[in-house]
Amino acid sequence: MVVTGDYSAAYGALICDVDVVAAYPITPQTFIVEDFSEFVADGLTDAEFVKVESEHSAMSACIAAQAAGARTFTATASQGLALMHEMLFVAAALHLPIVMPVVNRTLAAPIGIWCEYNDTMPERDTGWLQVYCETNQEVLDMVIQSYKIGEHRDVMLPVMPSMDAFILSHTVEPVHAPSTDEVADFLPRYQPQAILDTSNPMTIGSFAPPEYIQEIRYQSEVTMQKAREVIQQVNDDFAQTFGRDYHGLIEEYRTDDADVVLITMGTVTGTAREVVDDMRREGKKVGLVKLRFFRPFPLQELRRVAENVEAMGVYDRAMSFGSGGPAFIETRHALYGLDIPVVNFLAGLGGRDVVKEDVRLMFEKTLKAAKEGRAENETVWIGTRGVKP
Amino acid sequence: MSLNIKDLPDEHLFTPGHTACPGCAAPIVVRNLMKVFGKDTIVYAPANCLLVFGGTYPYIAWKVPYLHEAFENTGACISGVKRAVKKLGKDSLVVGIAGDGGTYDIGIQALSGAAERNEDVIYVCYDNEAYMNTGIQRSGSTPFGAATTTTPVGKKIPGKTQNKKNMAEIMRAHEIPYMATMSIAYPKDFLRKAEKARDTRGFRYLHVFSPCPTGWRHDPALSIEMGRRAVESGMWTLYEAEYGRITDIYKPKRKIPVKEYIRDQGRFRHFTEEMVAKLQEYADHKWKQMYGSLPEEKPE
Repeated sequence: MVVTGDYSAAYGALICDVDVVAAYPITPQTFIVEDFSEFVADGLTDAEFVKVESEHSAMSACIAAQAAGARTFTATASQGLALMHEMLFVAAALHLPIVMPVVNRTLAAPIGIWCEYNDTMPERDTGWLQVYCETNQEVLDMVIQSYKIGEHRDVMLPVMPSMDAFILSHTVEPVHAPSTDEVADFLPRYQPQAILDTSNPMTIGSFAPPEYIQEIRYQSEVTMQKAREVIQQVNDDFAQTFGRDYHGLIEEYRTDDADVVLITMGTVTGTAREVVDDMRREGKKVGLVKLRFFRPFPLQELRRVAENVEAMGVYDRAMSFGSGGPAFIETRHALYGLDIPVVNFLAGLGGRDVVKEDVRLMFEKTLKAAKEGRAENETVWIGTRGVKP
Repeated sequence: MSLNIKDLPDEHLFTPGHTACPGCAAPIVVRNLMKVFGKDTIVYAPANCLLVFGGTYPYIAWKVPYLHEAFENTGACISGVKRAVKKLGKDSLVVGIAGDGGTYDIGIQALSGAAERNEDVIYVCYDNEAYMNTGIQRSGSTPFGAATTTTPVGKKIPGKTQNKKNMAEIMRAHEIPYMATMSIAYPKDFLRKAEKARDTRGFRYLHVFSPCPTGWRHDPALSIEMGRRAVESGMWTLYEAEYGRITDIYKPKRKIPVKEYIRDQGRFRHFTEEMVAKLQEYADHKWKQMYGSLPEEKPE
């Protein structure tokens, strides 16, 4: 099929045979709820669709439905995700493996509808797994994988696969769609361990004193750590079943003999691949790491790549004001003690296009840092009016 | 046809051993509602006193499945549970029990959404006219003049300056299959309405007047009496409606002055004659609204 990223997400929910959907429309996620509404209206699924009055209620209803034993789905973007913020903690701490595609859109002010990661980045500490997609195919595939990863007994955590506003959400691409039967073989029925059931009454979400909460936090960290292995397992199973391999937490491109490596996320990765090829033809030994999962963060994987290069560049589509780009902050944490320059590049904020020349500049700055053994500027704003990169 | 107190099962689905204050109306509300609703019931409570006095991990007073998520989302949470239950081929009754803060104020959006969608659930508001759980702050339900910790009796401003919001009428305007106002002081009426809610499909809203000795500063022994005086003074009206049409209004045999309702409550202790008159005006207005006209004045 040739479909939008939004359709891929909705179709993913359909073929994963979700039980309950609760969602609220927000640009540029709207197609997801519209497409799923059509699936319901056409009788392609008998899922219960709760057309709630806000994103806060969407997540609240999903948590409740999942706690009652259903496989649930929702989707949002930007302001909608911010409105859910409170409930994201509840979903994760109650170990409810909800899957929620997020269309990355700039968070006001100024109000805008185009791509920026300042919506999902503030949610990185809520206990959700986060994975950033590059293509519409990856969006569909990651919805399927997200259920398999999240519902794994060792994980039991919610997952947030995200895609770039408009660049994926509203752009059609050829997508191979597995059948419901194929997915059913790969993804067995949801087998919750504790649910709200009157034949076996239990309390979920009890008031808890300090004597217990710290252990609950520790359990969240343990399951998040276990997710690393499960992500790789599911990736490999998926590759074997469907023939598409995303390589797990990160994907490397021409890093083997690279002098410098640039870390990218989302659709900029596609542009960066071309730039790597161009520069390789010019004899420049550059490579690329696509940072897929942000939670759990690929600490060991990035360190392993960094051990063989002379400098690293990190692209960020969001800024943690007063510190740096989130991907940069976390990468430096992963690389602690390795004596190589790491340069942070901010570009594409508010949905501004990131073009080949921008990415080439990132590589050139990183190459310069490698040659000089230090970065001239650690934080470089690319394509910003009045600011010299 | 309707339930009698002596017909209620002995077994508690909300058990003794909870930690509510002496004289609190909420556990009376909850315990009796649960006896009517029965074992095949799933309960949601948002942030409220009930969440806290109902049990602190690892203890719990609930004998039925029970969920808590947050404060402002009772309407959404009971919707989610019910849809899941339905999709999984079961038919458990799903009930949300929120306070007035969680209903009148922070939770009104999710409540309105669930009512508009006509979700097949029961929403219960136990109304104690302030945020009691967090220490007696004003809510949209707090009556005129009442002292709370955020409407203190200061040198310049004596208590709350606004009237109580008419939440029951807001819910009636949703034209849902069933809504009723209730009070623990009228147990037969209470049980009949609970039973009717249980046996109706679609969205049901039960609004129970729930005296709070701690917040209202009255003798815990007087909680039931406060509930009765509220109805007799016109400060609270017992009625029910189906699809927006009022089907029954309970009219007390006598109308007492508001003064009689407020005199044993510390939250009204600072009332001047002028404030009493203003609250009386509110009660009279309500009375006329619900019963058509005021009773004729009789010399004492």
